[in-house]
Amino acid sequence: MFPFCFEWVWDMPHMVFMGGLWYALSIIGAGLTFAVVKSIIDMKSHDGQNQEHH
Amino acid sequence: MNGMPLIPAGVNRCSKRRFAFWMAAVTAVLVWGVYAMFLIWYKGLNQTRMNDAYGFALWIWADLSVIALGGGAFFSGFLTYIVGKDKLANIINFAVIIGFICYSSALLILTIDIGQPLRGWFIFWHANVHSMLTEVAFCLSCYFAVLTIEFIPLILENPRLAKKPFLNHLTHNMHGVMPIFAATGVFLSFFHQGSLGGVAGVLYGRPFAYREHVFIWPWTFFLFTWSAAACGPCFTILGIWLTEKITRKKLVKQDVIRLLAKISGWMIITYIIAKTADTLYWAFVTAPSRGFTLMDFYSSPTYNIGLLFIEIVLCGFVPGLILITRKGRENAFLLMSAVILAVMGVSLNRWVMVLQVMAVPLFSFDDWFTYMPSWQEVATTILPVAYGLIVISLAYRYLPVFPQEQELNPID
Repeated sequence: MFPFCFEWVWDMPHMVFMGGLWYALSIIGAGLTFAVVKSIIDMKSHDGQNQEHH
Repeated sequence: MNGMPLIPAGVNRCSKRRFAFWMAAVTAVLVWGVYAMFLIWYKGLNQTRMNDAYGFALWIWADLSVIALGGGAFFSGFLTYIVGKDKLANIINFAVIIGFICYSSALLILTIDIGQPLRGWFIFWHANVHSMLTEVAFCLSCYFAVLTIEFIPLILENPRLAKKPFLNHLTHNMHGVMPIFAATGVFLSFFHQGSLGGVAGVLYGRPFAYREHVFIWPWTFFLFTWSAAACGPCFTILGIWLTEKITRKKLVKQDVIRLLAKISGWMIITYIIAKTADTLYWAFVTAPSRGFTLMDFYSSPTYNIGLLFIEIVLCGFVPGLILITRKGRENAFLLMSAVILAVMGVSLNRWVMVLQVMAVPLFSFDDWFTYMPSWQEVATTILPVAYGLIVISLAYRYLPVFPQEQELNPID
């Protein structure tokens, strides 16, 4: 549920529950994105180094 | 690429024929469970023997038990990545697989239990923000995502996949950020394990379950988290032991097992002391204040006082005391007996907190409520066991699950 949904109420239970959920999902998403992006960068720099050697 | 081996280098595995025979046998059980699952989805919850007295039944017990037993994943992760017990890195892969199986099973059971799985997403979109079970659903789903992420690097270590440059880098980078996922897993586990206990503790209309509170949290909140962290690692040890027996190999060094057993033992003994204190306060203060005596809750032939003795003494103090003593841990028979008792103890605790709560009569004119699950309920409860065996078998065969296996089983 997002704050722009009609069911949303700006009260403590909504902020704690949904805030906690989105906080956890953000950490998981950020961690995963970091690993994927860094892998792409690592792979490209590794390929570049290999080409220089050739 | 096709010429590359699928099986990790330096280890022996059984023949394809033998493996196929084993998988066929386990798959037959799985198919039976899947058939029952589709019957329930197609015909509805009338396929079960749940009724007005038993809104929670066998599935919820199975759910709570697998979640508690899967607690080995978050606690081992906490010890390995956050506390820094490096020795436990030798079993963390297996702990993650056990956790993945347990949590995916718990989610599967819930999709069966809600009756209308197509509306499962309602719990996220139309969330009841006053319910502990909403928090459980949130944390359970997020933690399953964390366990999947923790499982992925192990899958990517398969010899064929590891040859792909991107996947190789991804494995390395995922290992690098694993402490963040482990910490997130600990946070999520603390709350969903606790809230599952909290659900029982806040039932003020059911004096067998109701407990005193610390702020908004009943004692059962903390006891459930504590017991999962204490007994979950025992289930991991039991899983390793069973895998070693089936494969007839030593897969993990004994000092690693003993370290985990020692930590688990101290967790069990402190948990069971807290549980005893909680039980005494409930028996002599909380329940009498609501017009019940202790024996009112244990007057059934099935649910008698022996059950309390088994849970607290036989499956609590006994395994705890064995595991905290060096002699207990060094004796293989005593070690495994304690591990099995601890696993039984936490499962029994979940049974009592789900099914005995439903069985206890609430009024003087009521009798004990009885419940016998239908075959569909039994089949769908056995389904996760077959599924778990398939996942472990595939993981053991194709992935480097046990880092010490090569050293312990050198190939001539």
